[in-house]
Amino acid sequence: MSVLSMIVSQLINGLQSGSVYALIALGYSMVYGIIMLLNFAHGDIIMVGAYIVWVTMSVLGLPPAVGIIAAVAGCTLLGVIIEKVAYTPLRKSPRLSLLITAIGVSFFLQNIAQLIIGAGSKTMPAIVSGPNLYIGSVNLSFVAIVTIVVSLISMAILTILVQKTKMGKAMRAVSEDMGTAQLMGISVNKTISFTFAIGSALAGIGAVLYSCAYPQASPTMGSMLGLKAFVAAVLGGIGSIPGAMIGGFAIGILEAFVSAVGLSVWKDGVVFAILILVLLIKPTGIMGREIKEKV
Amino acid sequence: MLTVKDIHVYYGPIHAIKGVSFEVNDGEIVALIGANGAGKSTILKTVSGLLHPKTGSIEFNGEDITKVEPHRIVKKGLAHVPEGRRIFLRMTVMENLEMGAFTQKSVREEDLERIFERFPRLKERRKQIAGTLSGGEQQMLAIGRALMSHPKLLMLDEPSMGLAPILVEQIFEIIKELNDSGTTILLVEQNAGMALEIADRAYVLETGNITLSGTGAELMCSEEVRKAYLGA
Repeated sequence: MSVLSMIVSQLINGLQSGSVYALIALGYSMVYGIIMLLNFAHGDIIMVGAYIVWVTMSVLGLPPAVGIIAAVAGCTLLGVIIEKVAYTPLRKSPRLSLLITAIGVSFFLQNIAQLIIGAGSKTMPAIVSGPNLYIGSVNLSFVAIVTIVVSLISMAILTILVQKTKMGKAMRAVSEDMGTAQLMGISVNKTISFTFAIGSALAGIGAVLYSCAYPQASPTMGSMLGLKAFVAAVLGGIGSIPGAMIGGFAIGILEAFVSAVGLSVWKDGVVFAILILVLLIKPTGIMGREIKEKV
Repeated sequence: MLTVKDIHVYYGPIHAIKGVSFEVNDGEIVALIGANGAGKSTILKTVSGLLHPKTGSIEFNGEDITKVEPHRIVKKGLAHVPEGRRIFLRMTVMENLEMGAFTQKSVREEDLERIFERFPRLKERRKQIAGTLSGGEQQMLAIGRALMSHPKLLMLDEPSMGLAPILVEQIFEIIKELNDSGTTILLVEQNAGMALEIADRAYVLETGNITLSGTGAELMCSEEVRKAYLGA
């Protein structure tokens, strides 16, 4: 295998895991953009999504399409419920209370999954399958192609939604100035719920794609995934939608190349080293704006 | 049109508005004047629902809106141009106007035309990010944005703040025109001279209380007002 084809195939690997990170990072970033909350329960929504796929396909024996729809719908609903039950009552509380609550929700989801399904990991069924593609000597797995294509389509739809639709513009208005948005007649509650719904739907898609590549579901699978997506969101500039996409792909590709040069044990360490570096050198991230405290 | 009865508003432990009552009648320009910190902006925020009074009531067109959420109040025809303009700086001029029309079913072409006719600069700059506008243009955008909701009552908080004298005159001219075309105006101003000149009636606010009221002309002649606010 030539060096070039090795680079290309690692790039594809990186783009594959990077697209999952990007989808999850988008949820982090959108929620932060609108209520300044680092929603640390976001990663655990992925775990719930993976279990929904497992239950519908392996336990109930339903076809993949049902599993996928159930996972995305289930994650969306879960995201909105978490927002309503855990975060809405704290809308006027200090941000630290919200952050602690988010961590609490994360533990709650992990433990409830352990209680219901058990601590051991479950083997996921094959969700998508198809022939591999060869470009020269580079072997492109079908799952990788599906993952990258589906993520790019999801991101394109999200971009149109946020830039062009009335609800998307309302989201941007609320994230910029909540009080003034209300004076326009925008319902802040509805807009925040909508943001959680979209972010969680993307997490649901991420859960399905992740399960295609790593067919194991366990109660704690969401925490490392969520943390890496969080790093991706910070690297891209938290609150920025294009930033989350760039950050996600950057982290995925970086991981792939760190593994490729034989340092796969250091993969996670490198990701968190990036977090420290970003916070030291450019805390606003790649696409981030200077944050002005509102008076 | 608007009746505020004995409202008390608190910011945490701070008693900001201590029993204020006033009214705005159909077709009037009413001004609230007073020094910085007197509570003028707090009153507007309470009327538009961003704050709620602890006691007292607010009625708009015969309907009690004391505890109604702000986004529902806008729908009833009460628009509030907040202090410091507060336009969406990261959105385009056009998107700002679209947000103003959020309560409408769709953004109507004739509404945009009407606003662009009044503020031709906004038309030229409609694709620009609002943050790149000058102060005067931002104030015009803030007013234009509020007009998109077809308000019956337009509340303006310090529309002259930070503007060059020539622009201040222009803004007051526009307020007068809006009133002539049928919009009732509630105006909060530190620039008491300008405000009293165009106001039908005015109230003087001092540390959370209304201390004087009368027609614009009456207050303009009042010894106290002249000393305290007109620098005469």
